Amino acid sequence: MKANEVPQDKRDFKEGDKIHKLMYAVDNDGKYTGITSAGWEAENIATKQAWDAVDEELAETAEKVKHGELSPIAYYMQKNLMEVSLLAKYVGKWQWQVKRHFKPSVFNSLGPALLAKYADVFNISVDELKNFGK
Amino acid sequence: MSTLPYKHYQHAHCESGVTANLLRHAGINISEPMAFGIGAGLFFAHLPFVKVSGTPGTTFRTWPGAIFKRTTQRLGIDMHTQRFRTPQRANQALDEVLATGKPAGMLSSVYYLPYLPEAFRFHFNAHNLVVYGKENGQYLVSDPILEDVTKILPEDLAKARFAKGTPEPKGFMYYVKNVPQQVDFTKAVQAGIKQTCFFMLSPPLPWFGNKAIFLLAKQIKKYPQKLPPRKASLYLGNVIRMQEEIGTGGAGFRFLYAAFLQEAGEMMQRDDLQQFSAELTKIGDDWRNFAYHAARLMKDRKSDLVSYDELSDLLRVCGEKERDLFGRMQKIKW
Repeated sequence: MKANEVPQDKRDFKEGDKIHKLMYAVDNDGKYTGITSAGWEAENIATKQAWDAVDEELAETAEKVKHGELSPIAYYMQKNLMEVSLLAKYVGKWQWQVKRHFKPSVFNSLGPALLAKYADVFNISVDELKNFGK
Repeated sequence: MSTLPYKHYQHAHCESGVTANLLRHAGINISEPMAFGIGAGLFFAHLPFVKVSGTPGTTFRTWPGAIFKRTTQRLGIDMHTQRFRTPQRANQALDEVLATGKPAGMLSSVYYLPYLPEAFRFHFNAHNLVVYGKENGQYLVSDPILEDVTKILPEDLAKARFAKGTPEPKGFMYYVKNVPQQVDFTKAVQAGIKQTCFFMLSPPLPWFGNKAIFLLAKQIKKYPQKLPPRKASLYLGNVIRMQEEIGTGGAGFRFLYAAFLQEAGEMMQRDDLQQFSAELTKIGDDWRNFAYHAARLMKDRKSDLVSYDELSDLLRVCGEKERDLFGRMQKIKW
């Protein structure tokens, strides 16, 4: 890649335009130099697509929580880009236990200590966790 | 050991960047490409059965921690490395190091670094950064992928350093203890190049090194038959992200490695290394071309077989050219 061909395609989502990454490119004499780049269209498309997929799935889960099919834990887990395995590690439970907590009936019977733990992992208050989707 | 104020340099990649910044502070004049090349950072692997957030794992670099370890060992630098059980102990130890005037490198999870924009924050636990001081209750941070230095609250840093998942950083911290009087770059460069060639060419398994490029090419050809269009598109997108987004300096570290070959060629006055650098730059352009076409295919979301076939062929060409290049590089008489 030539230094004057380093793309400067702005990454205009999720504050992505705040970062200008360093790229390595060659000048006219073929010598390598570092050039900062605002982004590249190909990369932006790929990243945007990945985020769109996350947002779409999150919206689907939000609907399910509202309809009483899943508990808020499922929603906030996705919002924090976690999978069951990771969330289980953070709250110190087995994966099957976390999956059980996805059931609204089980969620409603969770004790305050465990709810506080979940809320802490999600960086929200217990009330926000309990009242989501209501 | 110098007691000069810490100087931040922006780099493409976090691990080679932190290594270069720490060593420079310790008085060793080393660039990021040099640190990357000596640490044999270039690699390729594709693991269809290891799903990372639902997509097959692809990487253009060696495993986390290897660049830093190899580079400091090859240059004979005495490093202190340490893991911790609790955030309290980790912060205390960090404060003690900072009190001696030394900057400290550490592992963190990008998801818990508030100074990064949301677009870049996901659960990746092997991000390297340098803390070089403390001011008004905040740590001064030199994150090599940023243009400038920044700050972080101790509780935020603790969260990032004790993130859970794979791998777990467990507060991993490192700093330079001693540097030798004389550093032999020539030997280190040779060892780095030999190792890169070995890792690219020798693994007998299809998932690692050069062979994995052909594996990925074969898989991509099958995407339209095997996967729903949306999934095929996400799989392809993940390859592009690994190649371009994750601080690679462009073309999945190929440009960074070409810069290393050029600098090494100049230092050792070897035309062959310069020649290899120019060739790898061209191969890097091929990789960029692949990413460009892959992105266009994704955007259109048309899963007609021809375009996936063409992408597969573009990738195969990259693989063939690299096999040839590293094959010749392996035979260099030093």
